[in-house]
Amino acid sequence: MRINLAVNGAEHALDVEPRTTLLDCLRDHLDLKGAHAGCEHGVCGACTVLVDGVAVRSCLMFAPQAEGVAITTIEGVTPGPGELSPIQDAFCETHGMQCGYCTPAMVLTAHALLADNPAPTREQIVEAISGNICRCTGYAQIVEAISLAAERMRGANRPSEPAR
Amino acid sequence: MSETRHRYVASDRRVREDRRFVVGKGTFVADIDLPDTKHIALVTCPHAAARIKSIDKRAALAMPGVHYVLDGRELAEATLPLMTGLDTPNVPRRPLALDVARYSGEWVAAVVADTRAQAEDAAEAIDIDYEPLPFVLDAEQAFAGGPLVHEKHGSNVLLDKTFVWGEVDKDFAASPRKLSLRVKWGRSSTVPIETFGVVTSWDPWREILDVYASIQMPRYADQIGAALKIPSSSVRVHYDVDVGGSYGVKRGIKNTVLAGYLARRLGFPIRLIEDRLENMRGGDAHGPERLFDVEVAFDDNGIVRSMKMRALENLGAYAGRSPFQLGKPIGSIVGPYKIKSVQYRAIAVVTNKTTQDAVRGFGQGPTNLALERVMDEVANMLGLDPLEVRRRNLIRNEEFPYLIPSGTTYDSGDYHTVIDKVLADTNYEALKRERDRLRAEGKLAGIGIAACLEPSGGNATFEALLNPAITTSTFMDSCRITVDGMGAITATMHTTSSGQGHETLVGTVIGEVLQVDPDTVRVARPDSLNSLPSGTPVGSRMAIMLGGAAFHAAQKLKAKLTAIAAHDLGIAPERAVYDQGSVYDRDAPQNRRSWADLVQIAHRNIHRMPKDFEPGLAVSHIYEVPTGGTLPTPDGRVQMYPCFSFEFHLILLSIDPDLGVPEIVRYRLGHDCGTQINPKIVRGMTMGGIAHGIGAALFEEFAYNDEGQLIAQTFMDYLLPSSHEVPPVDIVDHETPSPHTVLGQKGSGESGYLGAPAALANAVNDALRPLGVSINALPLKVSKLGDLIAAARTKGK
Repeated sequence: MRINLAVNGAEHALDVEPRTTLLDCLRDHLDLKGAHAGCEHGVCGACTVLVDGVAVRSCLMFAPQAEGVAITTIEGVTPGPGELSPIQDAFCETHGMQCGYCTPAMVLTAHALLADNPAPTREQIVEAISGNICRCTGYAQIVEAISLAAERMRGANRPSEPAR
Repeated sequence: MSETRHRYVASDRRVREDRRFVVGKGTFVADIDLPDTKHIALVTCPHAAARIKSIDKRAALAMPGVHYVLDGRELAEATLPLMTGLDTPNVPRRPLALDVARYSGEWVAAVVADTRAQAEDAAEAIDIDYEPLPFVLDAEQAFAGGPLVHEKHGSNVLLDKTFVWGEVDKDFAASPRKLSLRVKWGRSSTVPIETFGVVTSWDPWREILDVYASIQMPRYADQIGAALKIPSSSVRVHYDVDVGGSYGVKRGIKNTVLAGYLARRLGFPIRLIEDRLENMRGGDAHGPERLFDVEVAFDDNGIVRSMKMRALENLGAYAGRSPFQLGKPIGSIVGPYKIKSVQYRAIAVVTNKTTQDAVRGFGQGPTNLALERVMDEVANMLGLDPLEVRRRNLIRNEEFPYLIPSGTTYDSGDYHTVIDKVLADTNYEALKRERDRLRAEGKLAGIGIAACLEPSGGNATFEALLNPAITTSTFMDSCRITVDGMGAITATMHTTSSGQGHETLVGTVIGEVLQVDPDTVRVARPDSLNSLPSGTPVGSRMAIMLGGAAFHAAQKLKAKLTAIAAHDLGIAPERAVYDQGSVYDRDAPQNRRSWADLVQIAHRNIHRMPKDFEPGLAVSHIYEVPTGGTLPTPDGRVQMYPCFSFEFHLILLSIDPDLGVPEIVRYRLGHDCGTQINPKIVRGMTMGGIAHGIGAALFEEFAYNDEGQLIAQTFMDYLLPSSHEVPPVDIVDHETPSPHTVLGQKGSGESGYLGAPAALANAVNDALRPLGVSINALPLKVSKLGDLIAAARTKGK
């Protein structure tokens, strides 16, 4: 069937089987490989993308259901070639990953959280990422990355302190 | 080790791999699209054991997009069984079942279609006539006889070997106290979020099989070539594939043989990416399931003199390297303790469960659990504090190097200091008061301790110990460094990685030696045809082994640069001083050859080179594991791993007495892995290991029902710890360098995991002690704890 998807700000007319998941559609039809298949039954969260800014599991959504919403993938939050968003940079600063497989989903979940709540507590960060399973890190450096990103992003729009 | 202050090693530097992962630009196997690729879906056996009477492929072959259906008969006729560690020719392991399927979920046929969806549809249309057979799930039943899993083998026992190191009988007779305990490590694993995947492509004109796979496997190309009956030089494994987590399990030999065969048979690229169900039921997903009977002899002061340990391993239906997981713990069979003599009986049986594979620690975690549970029970029997009992038994710093009864000499350690450092911040008496306060509030609360070793360096001489036909004493890793004609440095490593930061490791070590910014060192991964030998990231070995290879290669390069400069300056070599890439005359520092000068000489001015020097700047080093090179003595003693990291876990845990839900109130860890080449990586490994340990101790189990069906085959049933289940952990670092390694480093790839389950089991048992009950079978699930507590309270009323 023909569908129209809005992904990372661009419109795409696609021909897909009705049963195609949004995850498979993004990966196989649009070559957006940053969303990863982990469990394909909605538990691990490795396939997370943003749907109208909300973190959603793309393995549990059919591509045709995604018509009329704005989809953002990890490729859509990356500022440009060789450039990192403040959240991506914070993940690098704390080493909030190891194998990198769950990482794009974690970064997107962090984007969704910080868009809503620029100053999350540790508990709020833990709650926000609790739907994303990471088997490498034990989460500590991920929580720190999001906290660091929040702090830096809050500071970014504040005038610098006058010199003493 | 180096005595100078480090420039880059041990500093808080970023991990270079991270940049590609945060933008979703890792190259995982599922991201590799070769033109015209066809997809595999698998047909699996629904019975615990069954004879395959017939396979009707007709309906499937008539479906759209379907190219082929492969069964076990065709594959067995064209390929050899997979390599195994023990000599058990009548227990052949193949990618697809031949005549008999031996566990529920075993792969019976493979469908090849244009898309994965078409292949899955067709897999459902294959009609297989099965005759169910008797089966056995329990290891003791299998050991006692049980239905035979492999009839031709004549028994279910693949290994039954007893070792006696030291005067066990005498020490038992001389000890006033004895205690025995049965401990079970449940069938769990590390379960990466990426399943195993492989893409293969055969070029009949060049006679090369290209393999892209999410592997962590020693001798991978060798094993593929052997099974497919092609030279290993016809197998080109691409090591630049990022692996989405492994922690030991990503072996994938059977997947690759299957996909490799089909690529050759059908003439187009073949892709097999396991879905979660294929992975959990029939992939390389399951880890040890081990039953321990431990008996210790000790005195009234809690000094443990001798130990008898029987370990019974439930391998599942086939065996690759998995029986060797009973062998590695021999290299630290007494843990960090001064136990003088040991009797160890290692038994491995086959059952009708999914085949077990290597898991983080390679069997060390279960053994550490048994040891640490016993130490707690010794304290309990004597009415002594468990921490005090450990202090009395621990090897003291001045006793290193320390030879244990089974023949390994521990390199270094300072266990008492690590414990003291942890307790300096966490007052132990205050922690006990906090536990007692929780108890007074009506909660069950307990303190859990574990003092454990992480053998590291990956000297796998346990192979020869369990199978005397194996004479392997060489365990190497390699690094090649080239400086090109423009002066840029490129180093190579020769294996895949699954999150360990090996590119950062190589860059850091070379930067350290050459005194250049590590970020300027390109680290490349040639394919297997262009590679030097690598033992791959197993056995917590890469910091030691790849780090060692990179260090020595860089030293060779530095020596060559220095010699070229000395020759060109016309000075004696000992006067030439290497300094951040340039070389100067010690006696006349203004006389200097820059990096650019040296590159110019080496690449373009051979007339200025020392006589007999090769032109260019290319060096390589193949590094043998420190302390390697020996085989077991006839009485079963051998030096295993070179380095031993130490971890001390201290946990306060409470359990809701009505629900049985455990909560980790405090978690503190003392960790000593020698020099930390990259502290961010070490901390991440350790925290991740603790998370795995929490899963193994409390949540994760590949549980089977009485019909032999795996009932935990999705993430709804096999429960992985989320961010809610992993508490903050205070890690207290201590650094006791290893004398055997180039920078004093030890391994840390298994840290946390090797002690967390033991500490949690001890904490739970301390919490239950007031009720007069104990539990020694992991996982300590909420349901089990709830039932146990309810029964104890009912009885107490």
